[in-house]
Amino acid sequence: MTQQLAPTLDRAYARSFVDSEIRPEADAWDRAGAIPEELLDRIADAGLWAPFLPVEIGGSGIGMVTLGEIHEEVGRGCSSVRSLLTVHTMLSWALQRFGTAAQIQQWGPALATGRTLGAFCLSEPGAGSDTAAITTTAVPHKGGWLLNGLKKWTTNGQRADLFLVFAKGPASTIALLVPSTAPGVLVNPIDDMLGTRSSMLAEIAFSDVELGPEALLGPSGFASGMVLTGTLDLGRYSVAAGSVGIIQACIDACSAYAAERRVGGTALRDLPLIQAKLSDMVTDVRAARLLLAEAGRLKDRGDAATIMATWIAKYFASTAAARHASEAVQVHGANGCSPEFPVGRFYRDAKVMEIIEGSTEIQRMTIAAEAYRKWEP
Amino acid sequence: MDTTARILAFITNRFPQAEITDTEDIFSLGYINSLFAMELVMHIEKEFTVTIPNDELRIDNFRTAKAMTELVDGLRSAVVR
Ligand SMILES: Cc1cc2nc3c(=O)[nH]c(=O)nc-3n(C[C@H](O)[C@H](O)[C@H](O)COP(=O)(O)OP(=O)(O)OC[C@H]3O[C@@H](n4cnc5c(N)ncnc54)[C@H](O)[C@@H]3O)c2cc1C
Repeated sequence: MTQQLAPTLDRAYARSFVDSEIRPEADAWDRAGAIPEELLDRIADAGLWAPFLPVEIGGSGIGMVTLGEIHEEVGRGCSSVRSLLTVHTMLSWALQRFGTAAQIQQWGPALATGRTLGAFCLSEPGAGSDTAAITTTAVPHKGGWLLNGLKKWTTNGQRADLFLVFAKGPASTIALLVPSTAPGVLVNPIDDMLGTRSSMLAEIAFSDVELGPEALLGPSGFASGMVLTGTLDLGRYSVAAGSVGIIQACIDACSAYAAERRVGGTALRDLPLIQAKLSDMVTDVRAARLLLAEAGRLKDRGDAATIMATWIAKYFASTAAARHASEAVQVHGANGCSPEFPVGRFYRDAKVMEIIEGSTEIQRMTIAAEAYRKWEP
Repeated sequence: MDTTARILAFITNRFPQAEITDTEDIFSLGYINSLFAMELVMHIEKEFTVTIPNDELRIDNFRTAKAMTELVDGLRSAVVR
């Protein structure tokens, strides 16, 4: 009998998985507007859905620095797949951080393997950045909860099995675990988005959904806001990582193209104006990667400074990704606007990074507050 | 530094303009948002190597540096026991 050794889940492992399973197909998925079921299974086989979960519940117990590297690699291949990982990560992390032993036992193992896929339902037709404006309600009902409301833009809403739904509770916003199969849950696909087109977005209606008391995740009362803050922090970390991946993908595409394409007898790569674009991409990808790694190190140490570090990493990486993806299209000329090259996809996906998990404006408002704090090296 | 002083140091580091005592209600100061609440909880857990269970995440445990000190001391003695 041969015993199979579990692979080490690290950047190199994710890189080879992405290069063989994701990168070659990403443009086709983008056009089809969906990620095929086989790929979801392969991610499960590769152990990449929630490898940060502890070994006891079926994860691999990897640290946050490594998780960031894995999400960067996936983001380099396909931002839509990375988005599915992001929302699954958010729900899985929230369960592990705030769940009771019974909740962790109920959902943890299936989330660790990816047999159950998670999604995150906060935004509504009338509430995005302004999370206090949500109108979905959860009222105490038969010892549990009665959920009513409409969520919008739920990444992987079309396919996910378990939703982390934020609703107005009796005293404050609370988080509920809601299976997609619960009576009263209605999923409406949202197609044809600008970017992350294959991330299977949905609008989800909750009509008199009856839930048991065990649906409530985390504390109610003053600390319930922490469930949202903590979950968004992880989402932001993953989006920062994905944005680093987009910049790297732009560099890879542009360096290959600039070596081949000639104008007036000169390769693009030898033109100073093209070199200027590439040098900025190379510099920013390194800076973004360092900011991400710093946020990851602080997470691994349990240091509260990780929250601000993650805001900053996401702000820097997402805005740099949008800038460089635009330049990547420029470097490719008309080819950049055609479906034959991936840079058009990077451009559309990068724009989304500036809107999700705290838009650029919200990032700037939050980060400005840091200026008034005492700085300690 | 004792527990209370370490907690106060963390808060005043974040809000240098705040002049707070160990019995002052930090929520009445008006700048506590969910981001800072999360930072505070993470900081206490790391600084004092404790895990704050969900049912202890009550506002009354975090109102004052004194209340937080009692929470930390209680959690630490539970670990020792
Ligand atoms: C592809 C995609 C996937 C998504 N996936 C999810 C998901 O899985 N789950 C989920 O819950 N949501 C999801 N969202 C929604 C996303 O979180 C919101 O779009 C985001 O929070 C912004 O909210 P909004 O779109 O309502 O914009 P608004 O909040 O209406 O903002 C509009 C504009 O005003 C700016 N603005 C807002 N407030 C201020 C202010 N105080 N000062 C200055 N400017 C301000 C914003 O930055 C933005 O530029 C997704 C969105 C997209 C595009």
